[in-house]
Amino acid sequence: MSTALLTDLVIFVLSLWVGFEVISKVPATLHTPLMSAANSIHGIVLVGAMLIAVTANNAIGYVIAFVAAAFAAMNVVGGYVVTGRMLKMFRRRPAPAENGKPS
Amino acid sequence: MSAFHTIIDLVYVAAASCFILGLHLMNNPATARRGNQVSTAGMVAAVAATLALIVHSGAISVTGWIVMAAGALVGGSAGLYSARTVQMTAMPQLVSVFNAVGGGAAALVGIHDYMTLADAGRGVPGSITVTTLLDVIIGAVTFSGSIIAAGKLQGLITSAPVTFPGARVVNLMLAAIALGACGYLITTPSLPGLAIVLVAALAFGISMVMPIGGADMPVVISLLNAFTGTAVAMAGFVIGNWALIIAGALVGASGGILTKLMADAMNRSIGNIIVGGFGTGDSAAAVLPGAGAGVRAIEADDAAIQLAYASKVIIVPGYGLAAAQAQHAVAELADLLESRGVEVSYAIHPVAGRMPGHMNVLLAEANVPYPQLKEMDEINPEFSRTDVALVIGANDVTNPAARRPGTAISGMPILDVDQAKSIIVIKRSMGHGYAGIDNELYANPKTSMYFADAKKGLAGLTSAVKTLVG
Repeated sequence: MSTALLTDLVIFVLSLWVGFEVISKVPATLHTPLMSAANSIHGIVLVGAMLIAVTANNAIGYVIAFVAAAFAAMNVVGGYVVTGRMLKMFRRRPAPAENGKPS
Repeated sequence: MSAFHTIIDLVYVAAASCFILGLHLMNNPATARRGNQVSTAGMVAAVAATLALIVHSGAISVTGWIVMAAGALVGGSAGLYSARTVQMTAMPQLVSVFNAVGGGAAALVGIHDYMTLADAGRGVPGSITVTTLLDVIIGAVTFSGSIIAAGKLQGLITSAPVTFPGARVVNLMLAAIALGACGYLITTPSLPGLAIVLVAALAFGISMVMPIGGADMPVVISLLNAFTGTAVAMAGFVIGNWALIIAGALVGASGGILTKLMADAMNRSIGNIIVGGFGTGDSAAAVLPGAGAGVRAIEADDAAIQLAYASKVIIVPGYGLAAAQAQHAVAELADLLESRGVEVSYAIHPVAGRMPGHMNVLLAEANVPYPQLKEMDEINPEFSRTDVALVIGANDVTNPAARRPGTAISGMPILDVDQAKSIIVIKRSMGHGYAGIDNELYANPKTSMYFADAKKGLAGLTSAVKTLVG
């Protein structure tokens, strides 16, 4: 096994553990926004899709680059926007009480 | 490594830290929005660094730029439009679609990298082959499986389990074909071989999700979410990018935890779900003697009296509430009761809704303050101090039969609704829940049944309470 692969593997495994630790503290109330936030985070594959466009040099390559970029961009943009939209709805007390005196 | 590349790599590390911090801030509804912003900032930094890297390398063609920009524009607009317009009830479908495109993109990254290496004719290193194959298989299964799941949730494909004789044989054959092709590819790089793996994985995704019934959707979505994360991490292995590996692992962990929570909430082991197929059901139901008899029906006025003069009310919403679009109606009733000094809270079972936490989002949309939304473990001890438990569109998760062995839902964690001093159930008919068994709660002498559609029934209750108290 090469050093590079071993390093990647270590990073992967440690990240999994960090993920388990951090995410097990998220309350059930927020599980839907959590999932959509996770969705937008795996939109990082956009970085990979952008790098395809550099090495693509024929029609098939360009088609793959286009579809991958479109998929990943949809993932990133949609994920963050919809997560923000959901989290905005979570209020400590009903909306009218917020912009007035403390209830 | 040049100074420039070091800086780019450091930006990726910063981006990964932002993702972790963002997820950490989601441990509280008060900080969750900031978490999402931190995570977004990390993503913007990672994309900007990648752009800088591409410009710096100078290797990209004009066509490459156009293709990249056009793809990002088309995809970004589609994502923005769907995220802005989606109904909260349709959130599970949207998340499924995002899972699909994420997995699809990850698979495409792997495929393209493999094509480039194979074209160069210098052979493909074994470690790259293995990670590429994992990337393509997991990504493709996620892609087709999530599309089917979204179709089922949207009602485009029947939500009933679709099975045919020999389905398991077909699955085994697909797995065998994929594994065989993988074995060949490890020794000999071959694009047709990769195509066979891709097609088999896509077909497997379809045949995996088609037999799944509607009730098991929360597990399926969580599992596919975990798959997407893993596929992205594998894509990171293939192209040697740590940001992808870390982000993918985080999502894999998140999806894994949610899958486990959902499976536990339905008392089914993950192993059982993966091996045994989903939602095909233990519907060999134990029919209770005398069920249906001894049920007490009441009208809105009687229910209103109980609610208006209670001091503590717990509302138990189920998917029926969302299906009837009654979340605003229930919030209105709760507001009215609160204005009379009644203490109102909501008991949310983990699988209430079509994805983890779905019911909380629906109620938040209806302006229910989040401190009133209680998780199962938190609310269960409170039922015994509750005057009225109002059950709306929830069935199996309130059935005391789960506490006894020998029923279809035995061992499933339930809400202890039967501990309340009195129980009102709003329901259209005496129909069964997904488990297909009678709900013993309905025959409880403390229970009264208010037969109505959730939305109309709640509106009726609200106006009855108003009339009653002037």
